[in-house]
Amino acid sequence: MMLLAEIAISLLILIGGAFALIGSWGLVRLPSLMTRLHGPTKATTLGVGGMLIASMIYFPVYEGHFSAHELLITLFLFIVAPITANMIAKAHLHRQGTGIDPNPVDDIQDGLPQPESWATFRSARPEDNAGR
Amino acid sequence: MIGFAIIAAFAMIALAILLSAWRLFRGPTRSDRILALDTMVINAIALIVLFGIYESTTFYFEAALLLAMVGFVGTVAYAKFLLRGDIVE
Repeated sequence: MMLLAEIAISLLILIGGAFALIGSWGLVRLPSLMTRLHGPTKATTLGVGGMLIASMIYFPVYEGHFSAHELLITLFLFIVAPITANMIAKAHLHRQGTGIDPNPVDDIQDGLPQPESWATFRSARPEDNAGR
Repeated sequence: MIGFAIIAAFAMIALAILLSAWRLFRGPTRSDRILALDTMVINAIALIVLFGIYESTTFYFEAALLLAMVGFVGTVAYAKFLLRGDIVE
């Protein structure tokens, strides 16, 4: 039983570390921000999840007490990862749309075309656009 | 066996933090830097949890939880600042 737990913990720690490394490697390697968002939001979050599951097995087996902190961290990270990715993508689209950050890889040099009603770009009501 | 796995995972996460730091310095856009900082915070959480297993104490979980919350709020505040020019409107 101890050997089984040891093998499971070691495997989970190694898988977690490998996924964290793959996520950061994707952050360095991929060509544009929209593709770079995939690495940290999926692979790195899964890597941290693997570490936390390993620690959830380790402490009841070796220390004899169960703690719910790991579950709390895992749940929090899995909830907030899509929210942060959405916020970053929205800020990036906004800056490309207004021509602040041109992106040569996406062939967007002069800003995105301005749609008439899109939440962050231009409101459908003319009085909202007065201050921009 | 767990000791070897922990040492290997320490090396992998240190390399991951270095790669994120490269992206943080390199850019090219500000959104990239925010994303790199968010990745560094998540890797730091993994490092703290791993250190807790290495020392076999549960003292470090509070630190990991606090870092997760502060990292999330910081990333959202940065993105909101780029999006609107203001954080709390």
